Amino acid sequence: MSVLEVRDVWKAFGDNTVLKGVDLTLEEHDVVVLIGASGSGKSTLLRTINLIERIDDGQLILSGDDISDPGVDMDKVRARIGVVFQQFNLFPHMRVIDNVTLAARKVHGENPAAARERAAELLAKFGLGDKLRDYPDRLSGGQQQRVAIVRAILTNPELLLLDEITSALDPMLVGEVLDLVRGLKDTGSTILMATHEMAFAREVADRVVFMHGGRILEAGSPKDIFDNPQQPETREFLARVTHH
Amino acid sequence: MSDGTPTAHEPSLLELERRAYRKRSTWRSVGIAAGSTLIFATVATLLVVNTPGWEAVKESFFNWEIGKESFPDILKGLWLNIQALFFAGIGVAIFGTTLAIVRSLRGPVFFPLRMLATIYVDLFRGVPVLIVLYLVGFGIPALGIFPPLSAAVWGTIAIGLCYSAYVAEVLRAGMEAVNPSQRVAARSLGLTHGKTLRMVVIPQGVRKVIPALMNDFVSMQKDVGLISVLGAVDAIRAAQIDAATTYNFTPYVVAAMLFIAISLPLTRLTDYVAARMNKREQIGGVV
Repeated sequence: MSVLEVRDVWKAFGDNTVLKGVDLTLEEHDVVVLIGASGSGKSTLLRTINLIERIDDGQLILSGDDISDPGVDMDKVRARIGVVFQQFNLFPHMRVIDNVTLAARKVHGENPAAARERAAELLAKFGLGDKLRDYPDRLSGGQQQRVAIVRAILTNPELLLLDEITSALDPMLVGEVLDLVRGLKDTGSTILMATHEMAFAREVADRVVFMHGGRILEAGSPKDIFDNPQQPETREFLARVTHH
Repeated sequence: MSDGTPTAHEPSLLELERRAYRKRSTWRSVGIAAGSTLIFATVATLLVVNTPGWEAVKESFFNWEIGKESFPDILKGLWLNIQALFFAGIGVAIFGTTLAIVRSLRGPVFFPLRMLATIYVDLFRGVPVLIVLYLVGFGIPALGIFPPLSAAVWGTIAIGLCYSAYVAEVLRAGMEAVNPSQRVAARSLGLTHGKTLRMVVIPQGVRKVIPALMNDFVSMQKDVGLISVLGAVDAIRAAQIDAATTYNFTPYVVAAMLFIAISLPLTRLTDYVAARMNKREQIGGVV
């Protein structure tokens, strides 16, 4: 069974149609990278999957469950999906350890001590072992984003959505975050990510999906997309992002 | 600035010159402030003391003997004000927060509740506190369905009802000032709307409006004096009784001093907290 099936999904904001019939399937352990210009619909697609935006038409299937059904318990669905945002969105009034364990404690009903112990292990593994008691504003952008990733994965979500998670970081800090994502791929996470880091997409993606004007124009292996793009829009986009 | 940095940096001659200049201008400012305060105080005092009625005013408002005599009664009355403040404060914290939450509930199911809360806040923000005191203090007991309670209790309830409306508005403003991305992040973790409010939105929103809330508390501190209109023997009522027996207004001045004394620490604290929060959130230290 596929982890995620996106079937002919449409979404408009007023007169502006942002998604125009998107189809996409992720199998278990897939790492799929969405590329495309700003405004091509990458972020909106991620937000509809997490039920932050309601789709206008089509279907979303998460591990066999129709999550676009209006009767679905949206909080339960969101609890099964991990999300990391461009702007980190850590809770500024909570210490790192409380940020990371909030969902485990308050949504999944895990024993707080056990959750904290697991979180501490994971944070230590990602080089944040000495930051447990700090507030987010004491951390660098790269550290904050790594904390945000730990927050998203602590409850072992079926699917991980990463929305341009390095776009708000300066180049020095991008590497430490991408290293972490590489590690997630190795442990078998199913990941759908939007990014502008083409080198990283080429290295880590099982499949690269090029979005343009709310549609998937082209999808395939990194080799296919980067070395032999078929569509003129893809070629133009790649020429722009790789030579500047 | 070199605070906290371990590397010893010798300030340049230019910087030393600038520091000396700032120091000189600081002393000049202090001098000007002290001078103008002194002149203003002297002029104001001379003006008041030289008015034709000053001797009479001094006798009926600032009579040391009467003040000393009325002090214990008024202090005893003040204890009632402090109790009223305590209970009204707790009531406002609970009811005001509830109102703010109800007003922020979304979804058609909550429409009647939301509308009720909105009407409540509109009404109580618009009606003068004194009228609410009369209506609650004399009206509700007249219904005859409550056991007889003292005027102080009804007064405390009335004050609490008014301030709940004010505080609800302040809290709502704070909650709306929390960045929507915080809500999105919390909901993405699977937190329900209620848990998102309780654990993410309210804690951050309250922090943003702490100075405003403290300000309301200071206001309430003096408004609990209004329970005297219902006949509760608080500081103001005690002063009134003493004033009536001595034909002298000094007891009111004593009561005023006592109210100032209890509010002063909190007013200063409010200023301090507000200044500290500004400092923390503002990067442009010069402006």
